[in-house]
Amino acid sequence: MSKPRLDDATGVETVGHEWDGIEELNNPLPRWWLWSFYACIVFAIGYCVAYPAWPLIDHATAGTLGWSSRGDLDHEMKEESARRAGMLAELNQASIEQIATDPRLRRAAIDGGRAAFKVNCIQCHGNGAAGSAGYPNLNDDDWLWGGDVAAIHQTLVDGVRQPGDDATRTSQMPAFGRDGILTAAQVQDVVSHVRAIAGEEKPGASAQRGAAIFAANCVVCHGANGEGSRAVGAPALNDAIWLYGGDRKALTHTVTNARYGVMPAWGARLDPVTVKMLATYVHSLGGGEETPAPVPDPAAAAK
Amino acid sequence: MNAHDPKVSADHSNEIGMYAKRKSVFPKAIDGSFRRFKWLVMAVCLVIYWGTPWLRWDRGPYAPDQAVLIDMGNRRFFMFDIEIWPHEFYFVAGLLIMAGIGLFLVTSAVGRAWCGYACPQTVWTDLFQHVDRFIDGDRNAQLRLQKAPWGPAKIARRLLKWGIYLGISFATGGAWIFYFADAPTLQHDFWTGNAAPVAYATTFVLTMTTFIFGGFMREQVCIYMCPWPRIQTAMLDEKSLIVTYKDWRGEPRGSVKAAVKAATPLGDCIDCLQCVAVCPTGIDIREGPQIGCITCALCIDACDKAMAGVGRPRGLIDYCTLDDAEREKRGEVSVPILRTILRPRTLVYLGVWSAIGFALLFMLGQRTRVDLSVAKDRNPEYVTLSDGAVRNAYTLKLRNMEERPRTFRVALEGLVGGAVFTDEMDAAEAARVLTVDVPADTTRRLRVYALAPRGSQPADIAFVLTATDKEGGSDTSKTTFTTAQGNGQ
Ligand code: SF4
Ligand code: SF4
Repeated sequence: MSKPRLDDATGVETVGHEWDGIEELNNPLPRWWLWSFYACIVFAIGYCVAYPAWPLIDHATAGTLGWSSRGDLDHEMKEESARRAGMLAELNQASIEQIATDPRLRRAAIDGGRAAFKVNCIQCHGNGAAGSAGYPNLNDDDWLWGGDVAAIHQTLVDGVRQPGDDATRTSQMPAFGRDGILTAAQVQDVVSHVRAIAGEEKPGASAQRGAAIFAANCVVCHGANGEGSRAVGAPALNDAIWLYGGDRKALTHTVTNARYGVMPAWGARLDPVTVKMLATYVHSLGGGEETPAPVPDPAAAAK
Repeated sequence: MNAHDPKVSADHSNEIGMYAKRKSVFPKAIDGSFRRFKWLVMAVCLVIYWGTPWLRWDRGPYAPDQAVLIDMGNRRFFMFDIEIWPHEFYFVAGLLIMAGIGLFLVTSAVGRAWCGYACPQTVWTDLFQHVDRFIDGDRNAQLRLQKAPWGPAKIARRLLKWGIYLGISFATGGAWIFYFADAPTLQHDFWTGNAAPVAYATTFVLTMTTFIFGGFMREQVCIYMCPWPRIQTAMLDEKSLIVTYKDWRGEPRGSVKAAVKAATPLGDCIDCLQCVAVCPTGIDIREGPQIGCITCALCIDACDKAMAGVGRPRGLIDYCTLDDAEREKRGEVSVPILRTILRPRTLVYLGVWSAIGFALLFMLGQRTRVDLSVAKDRNPEYVTLSDGAVRNAYTLKLRNMEERPRTFRVALEGLVGGAVFTDEMDAAEAARVLTVDVPADTTRRLRVYALAPRGSQPADIAFVLTATDKEGGSDTSKTTFTTAQGNGQ
């Protein structure tokens, strides 16, 4: 430390520090700059007192204002649910058919249903509701139990093969091979016939034999032409859509052992509004059908 | 700033501490050609700034009637006949790039002209300095008042002056909000307390920043806070016109009296310090080019006047390139101004600048006021229907950018045997062409299904949007159609 002196070249006072002949000049900060700096320090201290700031071992100082990001979120969530309450109440009041016909309610139900679908349904039906082997694709126009919004709603409420739910969807297909109703060769013939009516292969001798077996064993549920029956949840066999696959191997397995899909009865798990929203959403995916006239046609029901 | 001047640094020396006290600047009033030009620029800037939001522009019943409007709520930007939608933001980006290159151009040609004339900080500082002169008198009176002890008279003057600052600041800060809403309505709402809180908050913040920056911080903003001078100085070269003191002509300095007595002849500078007195940033240009100089050229006016007074040629301080300064020192003639301004570097900037400008104009002429964008559903990619037909889903965004409702046809192109229908139609009504109404100035989202017969191959397809009215306009958006065999490419 030498004594401060004026620097010759610039005429500025040195602060007295010197390293290897290099001296530090005293070019002070402007006053306003320093005051802004002090103000920032004061602000920072105030901030530390008012808001959560200092991390401790298992928590942080809370701050005198009691603010927390969790509390913020909680507040926002409450506001949001208050904002939604009106629409949810309306949806609760409306029947599933009313929701389907009122554009405003329908819009809201689809949005809510999309969110609920992502939470509850994508595990089986997939994110885009395209399903996979054994889990129906909900985008298409093929429905085991009916594709109008009321039928979809009922499937959602009561599920498929849910014990303890009297209205649950239950279809029964015999295990033709395993239970010895048909021989393995007969099963192959039926498979040939089914693939033929679905247009998957050309009818041959095997298919012809299968037609007779089909007529004796299968038409009760699947219909004379394999058109299926929604009343008993029997899939149409003459179309291009297969729940478990339409190749010989999959069909052989199906006819031999039968298949029993299940789906939870969501009516017991979710609130009624969510179920209605889910039904509306699924109906909107592109395969939804018009709700049939309120009085069911007895002839169609009998088929 | 005056670090080179021993006289000035001497009175510094006994106040070294944690901070340096600001040396107040009391620029003297001056008249001259540059000063008059500065008046003109100030007037034009202020008139544009205050006047623009009040210009009306008839756009029919569906759009606002304000000529220049940044409509944040509806995400539109209106500028006379041009309406910019968010997806056309490249126009704004293009203008910003032009502004940047324009700055290169101007700076490399005539130095920090932006700083000296058009920068808001300069304009409002200048305005406030005129208020100072109006209330307190010119430089000497201001200096006296500054030194005078606080008394009722000084307090009254100060309060009056700050009140006028505040008034100007409020008019300034308040005017900004009119760019963002219908000006007359907002004006009314503002005074009746019905305007949006953000309008009051913006007005308050801008009033206070104008008050503090323009009224009190002034040149300190230019010297300590603003990054611009650093950038601008870096863009200058030895061929840029900047305000230069011709030291070979001026030195050694001395008054006319001293010149008579002096043994050796003195230079032209009579050391009258007028150039320092008028400088709004309080620097001495005779120390050479420095960051504090905003190139306002007021010192040129001052020195020209001094030179005229003693009958010497003008231009001791003048716009001059560093190259020319060297040349003149050697006694050669300087390059003509036009050649200085139009040299390869500026011409390249000018070329790039106008190329972007023409490209923007061209795009402006080309753009249609209809737009279609298509997003294909990827989950699932396709759906097989019971009759074996394949269905793909798309979300179409139809933009009608005109200020009237229009009817569009959306046609499917490609996809043999294919047809489209919307989620509001029955699949049985599927057709090659849909007709869709889109309200004025609106984007309509449409969910569209494309249907292709059993066994269809993947294909590259396109949706073609065509306006049905006589003004027409169309847009095509390409996409793909996916089947079990994959997708088109
Ligand atoms: S030195 Fe001259 S040109 Fe530079 S800021 Fe001062 S008056 Fe303006
Ligand atoms: S105004 Fe001109 S003559 Fe007067 S001090 Fe400045 S440079 Fe010298």
